[in-house]
Amino acid sequence: MIFFPVLAAVFVPILFKKLKSIHTGWFVLIVPVVLLIYYTSFIQTTMSGETAISSLPWIPSLGISFVSYIDGLSLLFTLLITGIGALVVLYSIFYLDKNRENLGNFYVYLLMFMTAMLGIVQSDNVITLYLFWELTSISSFLLIGYWYTKDRSRFGALKSMLITVFGGLSMLGGFVLLSIMGGTFSIRELIADSSNLVGQEFFVLALVLILIGAFTKSAQFPFYIWLPDAMEAPTPVSAYLHSATMVKAGLYLVARFTPIFAASEVWIWLVTGIGLLTLFWGSFFAVKQTDLKAILAFSTVSQLGLIMSLLGVGAVSYHVNADTTLFKVAGFAGLFHLLNHAVFKGSLFMVAGIVDHETGTRDIRKLGGLMSIMPFSFTVAFIGSMSMAGLPPFGGFLSKELFLTSMLAFKDFDLFHFSTWGPIFLIVAWVASVFTFIYSFYFVFHTFNGKRKAEALPVKPKEAPFGMLVAPIILAAMVIVIFFIPNIVGDILVKPAVVAMQAGLYSNPSDVLVQVSAWHGLTPELWMTIGVITLGILLFATLKRWRNVYDLQPNALSLNAAYDGIMTFGETTMNRLSRLFMTGILRTYLIYMFIAIVAIVLTTLFVKDAFSIHFEEFSSINSYGLLTAIILTISVVMLVLAKKRMFAIIALGGVGYSVALLFIIFKAPDLALTQLVIETISVALFLLAFHHLPKLKRHGETKGFRLGNFIVALGVGITMTLLALSAQSEKLVDSISQFYKDTVLDEAGGGNIVNVILVDYRGFDTLFEIAVLAIAGIGVYCMIRLQPTRKEKTNESK
Amino acid sequence: MNPNNVILQTASKFAFFLIILFSIYIFFAGHNSPGGGFVGGLLTTGAFVLLLLAYDINTVQKLLPFNSMIMVAVGLLLALGMASASLLFNVPFFTHAFNDFDLPLLGVTALHSATIFDAGVYLVVVGAALTIIQSIGGDD
Repeated sequence: MIFFPVLAAVFVPILFKKLKSIHTGWFVLIVPVVLLIYYTSFIQTTMSGETAISSLPWIPSLGISFVSYIDGLSLLFTLLITGIGALVVLYSIFYLDKNRENLGNFYVYLLMFMTAMLGIVQSDNVITLYLFWELTSISSFLLIGYWYTKDRSRFGALKSMLITVFGGLSMLGGFVLLSIMGGTFSIRELIADSSNLVGQEFFVLALVLILIGAFTKSAQFPFYIWLPDAMEAPTPVSAYLHSATMVKAGLYLVARFTPIFAASEVWIWLVTGIGLLTLFWGSFFAVKQTDLKAILAFSTVSQLGLIMSLLGVGAVSYHVNADTTLFKVAGFAGLFHLLNHAVFKGSLFMVAGIVDHETGTRDIRKLGGLMSIMPFSFTVAFIGSMSMAGLPPFGGFLSKELFLTSMLAFKDFDLFHFSTWGPIFLIVAWVASVFTFIYSFYFVFHTFNGKRKAEALPVKPKEAPFGMLVAPIILAAMVIVIFFIPNIVGDILVKPAVVAMQAGLYSNPSDVLVQVSAWHGLTPELWMTIGVITLGILLFATLKRWRNVYDLQPNALSLNAAYDGIMTFGETTMNRLSRLFMTGILRTYLIYMFIAIVAIVLTTLFVKDAFSIHFEEFSSINSYGLLTAIILTISVVMLVLAKKRMFAIIALGGVGYSVALLFIIFKAPDLALTQLVIETISVALFLLAFHHLPKLKRHGETKGFRLGNFIVALGVGITMTLLALSAQSEKLVDSISQFYKDTVLDEAGGGNIVNVILVDYRGFDTLFEIAVLAIAGIGVYCMIRLQPTRKEKTNESK
Repeated sequence: MNPNNVILQTASKFAFFLIILFSIYIFFAGHNSPGGGFVGGLLTTGAFVLLLLAYDINTVQKLLPFNSMIMVAVGLLLALGMASASLLFNVPFFTHAFNDFDLPLLGVTALHSATIFDAGVYLVVVGAALTIIQSIGGDD
């Protein structure tokens, strides 16, 4: 089922080309809807604590196979991917114009991403997980760069690609270390074996490497910088990849590996610490942004940090007595908020897209007073933002309360010096909540409230068409529904996932004793929320006065500047380095190759002490052979001394034909035949190219130049002679020709060994050789045919 | 080109077909005696080079029924398709099949799937070489 979207993608370009009148999205919509219905049937399984598994062998010899493993955690993500996916496709049908946009590309990339994402969350094998992981990076790259004519799109695509692939590679390193230590590629077996892994030497290294992968993907500090630039993608993509699903892959990874790594102090410190830092950083800088989607991007960064920190606290539950339920809450809260975030952020992105679509700008300074024009969009945005700010009666309130509960519990945790750091964590979390509150208000009220600035807008604003509103309205409705039935949602989706994450603590989803309710009484959490609201409103009202704070940070010190600096430095150094040895003269390259051959072969011969030359076993030379050898020598000498190119070509032909004669004398008809034909054709080709070549310039050559050539030529000659003689004199293993003689008729049904080797024994070689030949042919064609004509050249030089 | 090349031109008209025929013979002889797709392909190319020397590039291009690049592509697909076809029969990649068949007219003939692979090699060699020749020769 994972591959269903990719297989469906094959038909997309055809549908796009043939059925122009119907928006391709309608066909694509079928895919996520079918998947959603299919996977919903698994809810029953995971709710009872069971799992479903199916596998497809891929490289069985290495123990790698596609294993689709569905437990609660996988299913939660799977339903998010397919559910939000369906809504995003529905939304994109109205967002992207079927006549102007290249929808074929768009939907192919989107379906490719869907497969990759399902692959990540359902893979049990770390290698296939890595494969799908990189596939999401690639499809994200393609989707961000979808409007590839824009500079910013290409820049953003490249940046996201570089950062996430860097993380992916380090994650692969972590996976490999882990599988070597555990002796298996299967995540389930690794988890079962986790107690043995903990003490091992590379355990912490593997942990850090895997976390780098998760942090880059989930846009944690300091890798978050790619996410704001990724906002150049079409809005459906931002809603889908860059808020609801792909950036959550890192969270999935952390949750999935918690049972293995939770025993480590480093894990809890890193996940919680980086998560909280990201939460604060993202929410603080979100207020600075003026682009609607940039605000959402930073808020996504910050919300991802929040979930990350909750997963970190959730890991603490492995260290305390089982009856301390407070830490168990954290895991539940993290996954619950993940669900909430996907729902409300999806709707907010869609509204941002609608505003962009209908007014022509996303600049919040130009927007304002849209409430009366776009009442539906405003309502959706309001619900989404209030949920984000953590206000009742919206879903976000519940998970935000749980978050504060977990952070409060954290300060009582007296392992690993947390009792001293706990209060600081709590304060950071609280301050970040205040800023979250501010940017939520900022987003919704600066767009929809205030004075209308009609003259600043490129297009006269109007309410979006109904179809475009359907998807965000569904999501907004879900935000409210979740608030009223949190426990049902929790039982169905979240608790089975928690079991997978905290595998050692529960055996069945019904063991997770978390009850979510909107009213807990006058608890510290409630007071904190009230504090957040009071201070938030206060700061929001005075936003204009203190906003200058953001100008204090000089641009040169930002992380983006660091990224740009590294890129420029890399490019210039690489350029300089390659200029050093890439002179553009073929002769220089040949010299490199020859020197390398001589050096490698001679060193190996010396090191292995392989020189041994005996002449006893050599066959005798008859007079024909001698005569041909003399002709060969004369041709070579003439070739070297030739003053004119025509003469040199003929001499070269002489060399080739005499070698062919030698083959005949030594009874190698196949070689002789090939050599003869090749010689004929290459001489003819030389003659063809003749008038393109410049005249031979033998006069200007200095003595040093000639000496250099002489030494290289002599070196190659001597090396090859030594090699051939040694190979003939000392035979470590029996010649393989006997094997061919024995098997060629029975097993390959041929009489000519040379040819059977070509097409059968060594068929692979031949296949690749003809591929190389084809590439060479195309290369020559391109070089000659596609070079700029003279006219264009002169135009360029002007 | 040069109108004085009457002898060469006349001779090459015959030689061309002889070489082509020989190359086809060499191609089929390949499995049991010297020859095969590679040499066969080169010989065919040689025939075209002869025409090119005797006449000029335009004559050669008129003679070619289709674009030589397509030939390369078809050849590669043929070779790869042959190699992968074995997967359909649940045997490892690149397993060849062969047997003797009693064909009408030809009598008992050995048919070998390697011939198809070799045909791919043949096409790639001819196509690539002709592409190179046309590119170099056609650039004036």
